[in-house]
Amino acid sequence: MSAPTDGTAPDTAPDPGEVEDLDAFRARARAHIQANLRHVGSQVVSLRDRSDEEELAGVARDREVQRILFDGGLAGICVPKEYGGQGLTPQHQQVLKEELAGHEYPMRLQSPTMAPCLAVILDFGTEEQKRRHVPAILRGDEIWMQFLSEPGNGSDLAGVTTTAVRDGDEWVLNGSKVWTTGAWWSDWGLCLARTNWDVPKHRGLTVFMLPIDREGIEVQRIEMLNGNKEFCQEFFTDVRVPDSDRIGEVDEGWTVGTRWLFHERMLYHSPYVTVPEGTVRMGDAGSMLGVARDAGRLDDPIARDLVGESTVLGLVSGALARRVTAGVASGAMSDQSAAVAKLFGGKANTRSATISFEIGGAMGAAWDEDADGDAAELGNAFLMRQVACIGGGTTEMAANVVAERVLGMPRERSIDREVPFREVPRSAT
Amino acid sequence: MLLQLTSDQEFLRETTARFLDELAPVERLRELRGHEQGFEADYWRRGAELGWTSLLVGEDHGGGSVSGSGLVDLTLLAHEFGRHAAPGPLVPTNVVAGALSAGSAHLDLLAGLLDGSAVATWCLAEPHGRFGRVDLAVRVDGDELVLDGVKRPVESAGAATHLLVTGRTGDGLTQVVVPTDTTGVTITPLVGVDLTRRFSTVRFDGVRVPAAAVLGQVGKADEDVERQLQHALVILDAESVGAMEAAFEMTVEWSFDRYSFGRPLASYQALKHRFADMKTWLEGAHAIADESAEAVAAGRPDAAVLASAAKAFIGEYGSELVQDCVQMHGGIGVTFEHDVHLFLRRHTVDRALYGTPSEHRLRIVDLTEQQEGAS
Repeated sequence: MSAPTDGTAPDTAPDPGEVEDLDAFRARARAHIQANLRHVGSQVVSLRDRSDEEELAGVARDREVQRILFDGGLAGICVPKEYGGQGLTPQHQQVLKEELAGHEYPMRLQSPTMAPCLAVILDFGTEEQKRRHVPAILRGDEIWMQFLSEPGNGSDLAGVTTTAVRDGDEWVLNGSKVWTTGAWWSDWGLCLARTNWDVPKHRGLTVFMLPIDREGIEVQRIEMLNGNKEFCQEFFTDVRVPDSDRIGEVDEGWTVGTRWLFHERMLYHSPYVTVPEGTVRMGDAGSMLGVARDAGRLDDPIARDLVGESTVLGLVSGALARRVTAGVASGAMSDQSAAVAKLFGGKANTRSATISFEIGGAMGAAWDEDADGDAAELGNAFLMRQVACIGGGTTEMAANVVAERVLGMPRERSIDREVPFREVPRSAT
Repeated sequence: MLLQLTSDQEFLRETTARFLDELAPVERLRELRGHEQGFEADYWRRGAELGWTSLLVGEDHGGGSVSGSGLVDLTLLAHEFGRHAAPGPLVPTNVVAGALSAGSAHLDLLAGLLDGSAVATWCLAEPHGRFGRVDLAVRVDGDELVLDGVKRPVESAGAATHLLVTGRTGDGLTQVVVPTDTTGVTITPLVGVDLTRRFSTVRFDGVRVPAAAVLGQVGKADEDVERQLQHALVILDAESVGAMEAAFEMTVEWSFDRYSFGRPLASYQALKHRFADMKTWLEGAHAIADESAEAVAAGRPDAAVLASAAKAFIGEYGSELVQDCVQMHGGIGVTFEHDVHLFLRRHTVDRALYGTPSEHRLRIVDLTEQQEGAS
């Protein structure tokens, strides 16, 4: 896009005198990255299972890489300096992503640690909480989880039943949380709990921070249908949390929760999340062409049409996410518009999984792990296809948000808004 | 369309929007249904004064932009053309004007395009229907060139004073500017779906033009043709997104106003979810159209892939969106009286021109392979 012709800077731009020049920043980032980080080429985000030893080694290396970025003044680009960040702009963050292209990066520290967790602490934490946790996160010392979903509630996040009861200067938590990725190797969790059952559901919630090794927390790993065991479920039995680890006001947790979900929906487009440019995901032209090649169908016009379709969907998903991010940042779109990108991206991803499975033919049913290249694992990816429409909120919920909050259509009738939460019917579990 | 315009861009867009509100309201579009050219010469001349034909023309030739990127500025006008299903040969005239300015040739004709007194069109597609294949022969014969072949569909050939003809000379492409009244040129009108866009078959039977009629070099126009194609795609896509937006807004409004079983349509979750999907297609179409315009304007290496991705997506999902808008209206949506078909027509025509969604999907794969091979 061209610069404005009236000669003035956009009013969101910081005073140029105080902010590091982008070119200078780029040179500094490039020098530090090239001197300290491994070059790994284009990275395909794989669903392939890793052993526990491999996973723990990966976690350890991610912490080291985060520390390397921190030591080079490249961690927390958009985090204020007083909390260990760089106090720079999303443009600097973009430059960092470009300079990281082809290099290792701390994949496991991005989501949910940087967003939504770090973002929520910055938005709602006390000065002391921010000074304690934000620099530790940026150094790679704290990996965070979100204790949000529960076995008894899926999309209805405000319907949590994990309960916190006050006991002097402490709170006592009981209940269960689920769908935490990698809780077995993480350090801290941000927890949405019910502190009042006698008011409507959104008005009786409070948010706490708790270390995962705290007494009374039991972490169990969940085996997914493809054998992956990264998701966990936690059981809380009389877990004691000091009131100083509460974020936001008592019973006003949904105020925090609303921002929390906004930061979660921003995902890779959050200013706090660092993913190298060009990180290949399923649906990119290169990877889908590789599937067709390794499946021996590069000369098949039907396969080529499908590769083209998947490429189009990948390009549009990216462009749409960038449009929504820019629109929300400038105020041209409401915060709720993230659901537009979420809904489209989920459906586009499932379509691409179907396409790659289709191109793979019989290799989708049975494959040779060593010989089939990009055409291996397509069957497992297809079995896990719906994850794109479930994780981080279902596409049905996103469709409700788009219709009701973006287009302003009448909301679905709800029976749980004006009654005490304890009177709301719940699943038998 | 871009989410944030500069004040100059907003002025450019707003001026054309108001002009079209006044001179191309829906009643006027219906009146033009039987008009031979689909637009009045005076309407086009006045539009040219608003910048309709100057944005792909260099400043030294009397054109210019308001933002530094004339192509991006032109998408704002094309968007309004789509929102109004407006008459006028926006795509071919701009493609030819841009090509003449880039080649710095036929400047008299260019001056006529700029002030709206002349109309020119681009003859690219051929009756064999294979996108990208050019069979029309351009043969060098002494000081002259001889053209033999058929082009269709050619937009506004009946209103045009000149044709920019893309033909083949041996292994390469050649482009020639041919006045429509040249001996051997036969223009036969076709029947089409848009109320105001006219298309013809143009035959070239031993058409002789002087060597000076060539734009660029004989047999070496492939890159020029690719750039023209990308320009055409960017303009068409912006127009299609405008048509999608108009149909969608009209239908959202209808869903609030129309009651069935005592409730507005907009209160049914089954329909709300369809509107939500449509909204994602509309915003996705905006997003990919804008990214492709920016890439083409900057001449980036990914411009061709993005332009094809935009054409494929907007063609396919735009049709689903506008047809769903018809569905949401029920029977009235397929009547001539209702306005939704004006935008359905415009989108439908744009989808079919300059490569269909499936042709662009295949082109993306070809381009990706070429890029992988080159790197």
